[in-house]
Amino acid sequence: MNFLIQAFAFIFDPKHYGTANGIEVRLGQHLLISFEVLVIAALIAIPVGYLIGHTGRGRAFAIGFSGGVRALPTLGFMILIALGVGIGLGAPIVALVVLAIPSILAGAYSGFEAVDRRTVDSARAMGMNELQIVAKVEVPLGLPLLIGGLRAASLQVIATATLADYVGGGGLGRFIFAGVQTQDYPQMLAGSILVIFLAIASEILFSIIQRLVVPAGVTAGRPKDVRVKSSRSRAALG
Amino acid sequence: MNWIVNNGDLIGQLVVAHLATAIPPIILSFFLSIPIGWFANRFQVSRGILLTVFALLYAIPSLPLFIVLPLIIGTGLRDPINVVIALTIYGIALMARSTADGLASVDPDVRQAATAVGYSARSSFWRVELPLAGPVLLAGIRVVAVSTISLTTVGAVLGIDSLGALFTDGYQRNIPSEILTGIVVTIALALAVDFLIVRIGRLLMPWSRIVGAGGGRSARRQRTAATA
Repeated sequence: MNFLIQAFAFIFDPKHYGTANGIEVRLGQHLLISFEVLVIAALIAIPVGYLIGHTGRGRAFAIGFSGGVRALPTLGFMILIALGVGIGLGAPIVALVVLAIPSILAGAYSGFEAVDRRTVDSARAMGMNELQIVAKVEVPLGLPLLIGGLRAASLQVIATATLADYVGGGGLGRFIFAGVQTQDYPQMLAGSILVIFLAIASEILFSIIQRLVVPAGVTAGRPKDVRVKSSRSRAALG
Repeated sequence: MNWIVNNGDLIGQLVVAHLATAIPPIILSFFLSIPIGWFANRFQVSRGILLTVFALLYAIPSLPLFIVLPLIIGTGLRDPINVVIALTIYGIALMARSTADGLASVDPDVRQAATAVGYSARSSFWRVELPLAGPVLLAGIRVVAVSTISLTTVGAVLGIDSLGALFTDGYQRNIPSEILTGIVVTIALALAVDFLIVRIGRLLMPWSRIVGAGGGRSARRQRTAATA
């Protein structure tokens, strides 16, 4: 418990603010890396996921890709890129984007698949074209699941961005690796506590957004405790 | 290629260390999640509470957890036990959900039929409900196994032996082939363990393959559950 007190003393020590290695600087870097990664990953994964969800094709590819990424050790992948492109932010960003894509992809296409096929058919019967169906029916109804995917990705990215400093990328990992080198356990602990707080803050933020994005009047799309089944197979049974 | 030939012994040792750290969490999380999954479905309120608590555990980043654990359980910072416990926590976080979902997916008619033919609540759970939930459990433990084997490498930055040591060493000495070897061997290990689990699953649940090939109702249900 003594270490814990020392760790909090480290976090609240005014000496650890206002310098180039200040806690607020590292926290800012950590948030910036995570944010950039999420934006890049979302720009790649959401369009692809929507395409898979709307057409119903390429699902096997998405599942295979997700499984492959799960087996890929991010630390090794990041270091391998770092040896190629040099130390700094490049390698962590590429590695983290690859890590974040599967969750967002799954959120995007499962959001579309969770939309009742009859809803899509009625939209088509009312004269909507494919683009309108996507924009006005599938995207709003699938939004809670997409946000769920972003939530999982954000958590993973914030957690794993801790490794970024191993190849000179900065962020809160700085305190952990500096602590490892100098056998300074309170400093490592302080860095760890900050990352854990950041992860929890991300979970809370996204769970609030997830509630807010449910379209008014829709309760079926609300994220439930039970996993949402695809309505595609059910429609075939009549 | 040269690097691999010259360092075969090192790779072998690290594979053993890696498996010794990664296999216990996979087995532990499978068995520990059974009572949790059972309890989650037992009462109306317990499901939401339990599953939320375990989902929150998954929110703790791995490297920080490796560092915080010694403080709680009193081990040394470089003790592999920290990694085993941390990975078991993640494993349970994922597995509790699968087990609860799997047990909930058992047809209530089947449960009533088991009671009708004279199974006690206990034997109905072990001999009817758990085997029928098997395919969902199998899908869950495969995810746990693959991510556990991949996560084990992170301990290397603290000096805990695993295939991750090839990453840190290769980085410090600038040997790309060493890092590449580490990545390939880690993925190969994950695939091998995954394959093994599938074989064990087939051995224990010979009926699931037959149903799966026929594409019956339960097969479709487990497919949905496995990919959701």
